[in-house]
Amino acid sequence: MAETLLHATNIVAGYVKDLPILKKVSINVKKASLTLIIGPNGAGKSTFIKAIAGVVPVTSGKITLKGQDITGIRPDQMSQHSIAYVPQSDNIFRALTIRQNLELVLRKNRTAIDRIDTLFMRFPILKTKQTEKAGTLSGGQRQILAVSMALAAEPMLILMDEPSAGLSPKAAQEVLQLARDLTTEGVTILLVEQNVNQAMRLSDHCYILAEGQNQHDADAAVLLNDPIVGEIYLGGKRMRAE
Amino acid sequence: MIQSLTDGILVGAIVSLGAIGLTMVMHMLRFANFSHAELLSIGAYSALVFDALFSGILPSLANNIGPLSMTWALILSMLCAMGVTGLSAVLINEFVFKRIREKGSELSMVFASFGVAMIIRNVLGLIFGLKSQLYSNDIVFAVLVSSEPQLLIKPDQVFVLLAALLIMLVLHFVLSHTTFGYALRAVAENPPLAEVSGIRLSRVIALVWIISGLLAAAAGVFYGLNNHINPVIGRDLVLPIFAATIVGGIGSVYGAVLGGFIVGIAANMALLVLPSGYSPAVPFIIILVLLLVRPHGLFGEAET
Amino acid sequence: MMGLVSYLVFFTTIASILAIAVLGLNLQWGNTGLFNGGVVAFFGAGAYGTLLLGGTPQADHIGGFDLFYPLALIGGAAAAGILAWVVGRLTLHLRHDYLAIATFGVAVTFENVMRNAQGLSGGAKGLRGFNRPLEAWVNDGFIYNVLFLTVVVALLICTYWFLERLICSPYGRQLRAIREDEIAARSLGKNPGAIRLTAFITGSCILGLAGGLYATFYAFVSPQDVLPTLTFQLWAMLIVGGAGNNRGAIFGTFLIWGTWTISGWSLARFAPVEVQLYTGTMQFILIGLVIVGMLLWRPQGLLPERLVVSQSGTKKLN
Repeated sequence: MAETLLHATNIVAGYVKDLPILKKVSINVKKASLTLIIGPNGAGKSTFIKAIAGVVPVTSGKITLKGQDITGIRPDQMSQHSIAYVPQSDNIFRALTIRQNLELVLRKNRTAIDRIDTLFMRFPILKTKQTEKAGTLSGGQRQILAVSMALAAEPMLILMDEPSAGLSPKAAQEVLQLARDLTTEGVTILLVEQNVNQAMRLSDHCYILAEGQNQHDADAAVLLNDPIVGEIYLGGKRMRAE
Repeated sequence: MIQSLTDGILVGAIVSLGAIGLTMVMHMLRFANFSHAELLSIGAYSALVFDALFSGILPSLANNIGPLSMTWALILSMLCAMGVTGLSAVLINEFVFKRIREKGSELSMVFASFGVAMIIRNVLGLIFGLKSQLYSNDIVFAVLVSSEPQLLIKPDQVFVLLAALLIMLVLHFVLSHTTFGYALRAVAENPPLAEVSGIRLSRVIALVWIISGLLAAAAGVFYGLNNHINPVIGRDLVLPIFAATIVGGIGSVYGAVLGGFIVGIAANMALLVLPSGYSPAVPFIIILVLLLVRPHGLFGEAET
Repeated sequence: MMGLVSYLVFFTTIASILAIAVLGLNLQWGNTGLFNGGVVAFFGAGAYGTLLLGGTPQADHIGGFDLFYPLALIGGAAAAGILAWVVGRLTLHLRHDYLAIATFGVAVTFENVMRNAQGLSGGAKGLRGFNRPLEAWVNDGFIYNVLFLTVVVALLICTYWFLERLICSPYGRQLRAIREDEIAARSLGKNPGAIRLTAFITGSCILGLAGGLYATFYAFVSPQDVLPTLTFQLWAMLIVGGAGNNRGAIFGTFLIWGTWTISGWSLARFAPVEVQLYTGTMQFILIGLVIVGMLLWRPQGLLPERLVVSQSGTKKLN
């Protein structure tokens, strides 16, 4: 049984202290797994990811990574804990070239040049366009750059916020497959997605959130055929508030 | 006319250096910093103090370099003044602007910057006296480069222009070829993304203040070299520097450079048609026209 | 004793005139959220306007219409209003920091023009040839000053009353709505641009009125009276007193003006002669410290804005 890498317990969080979006959410992520968070709009999925990243302040609750408490870290401290975060939009620096984007995230890394070469081998399109400004890339290409920026420092855990948003079905499949491939290489991925079907097929475990609370979680394979997913989305079933 | 153009370019270089720092700070912190121009005064006076110090310790440093009234002592002093001014800038932010921003609104910072400007200007006047001073009492003659049309240039002016361009070139290199420069540009473009990419915002902000202080000090020394040093340097340069920033587009370093030269040239060319008493109003006219026609300047981003 | 009373009359007159100006500024900033960095231009427009309209003809510049004084005063305020209309049309839509720069530039330009346009304003030596109203009839200087003070205080009270009524009125509600959330106000069908402009113009007219009174009192105005430092002093009064609160505005004016005069007097009395040259310098450092200190400690001012209830909730519907 794989160990739990990330342990989030009873997280209460929101942009404004008195208006919490997350009301005691608990999620565990196993090492080298692709863990998925889904739920209707306003469920707090993105907010949860942002709370781990330190972008949204955590009012109460605890987050540990490999046993170490990382509740309320500053976003720029994520890399110290070997965590990377891929935001949903505006996730690359448009004014910088592809290469400069990568050099930026690797600026404290002694093996930066090697890492960049490795990334270029994996994503040839980045090598081809390395001197072009990131703002000129297509949606799918930008997503690849954003993911490689996250991959650059070889993180233990990658948080991804709707990576397939705005992409063509083919590009979406490629991105999600990439996430799956990364887990076979030992990277742990916590994924928020609206693209439920495609994502669930590739995930290991899946959490369903609604209205800022846990509603259900199970192995993805089990949930694929479970009508409870639809019921939660359509609002029929809700956990009673504690 | 070519004399006006040349004078304009020379003044423009100084305004550009002042505007680069201001555009970075205004973009990052979204406030019109009326005290930025006072950093030039701090730089000019600090250099005066260091110059006296170095010349006193090692008199041979006080010899003029070639045809310039510039001395090695002054160059060393300028570097020290840059340090002092950079430090002042970051300390003012730490103890005044940052705290006021936490307590109040962005507009409170603008009022505060008025207050800070008043304090700096008058403290300098108190310490150094209200009269104009010079770095060197040597009379440096302008060289008659051409007589038809008449063109007079002082060697010091050429030095200032070249030194300013050198500084801008160094800055350009840093921004386009070093990861530190990339980090600055990243924070300018998208602060939250920069943060999640591992950049510590508070550190970058402090560094931007230091850089703006460094550049302002250089501009102040250059101004003092070509004109004179007095407590109202800031008051006289605040509008031209704002104008340069707005012309170039707030947030654009290259815009600030271009804007500085444009404002310098325009202000001097205007003297061909307007009586000289009106020249302080020219930068304002430029600002007004820009804000009406193209508020985001040459290279700035349109307001979202 | 007489000297002290005389001085108090003088002090209160100036303070009251400045208080009128700060009330105008409060309308613009405190109530409407407009950053006027060029306050002194409107004050100056009123000053120059009043003297030009009410003064005796002078050889080297226009004006000297020798108008009936109240008309001259109103004319001065109107001049300020017209300037405000022009400046407002051109700049009020700008983001706050651009607006600050633009209005600051207006003030610098105004002083510049007044200093150079000899034919318009008498240039650097200023405008003279103005006879204070009724001065010929009242022989005693002290009594005249007391009468003048009475008129000024009356105008101050009127302005205060007018502005207090304004805040409680539907127009006042509109101002607050725009200040707090422009998009919401627009969605309710209000025209923020027009409302802001009228607030700006009204505030500027009040500034011009103060300027006119100031120039009347001295029977003289020069570019020295319209330096950016006056903008700074008026802002200090509003910030210390409390932006958004008319009583705060008046209180702040008297407090700052008192501090200014006391510091000036103390320095003149107790400081060694060599230092006297720096009296102004030290006063400005003091004021600067007061502003920065106030913003660090209590940005809402000593008398913060009160919640305005314009309609009592207990009124029955029928």
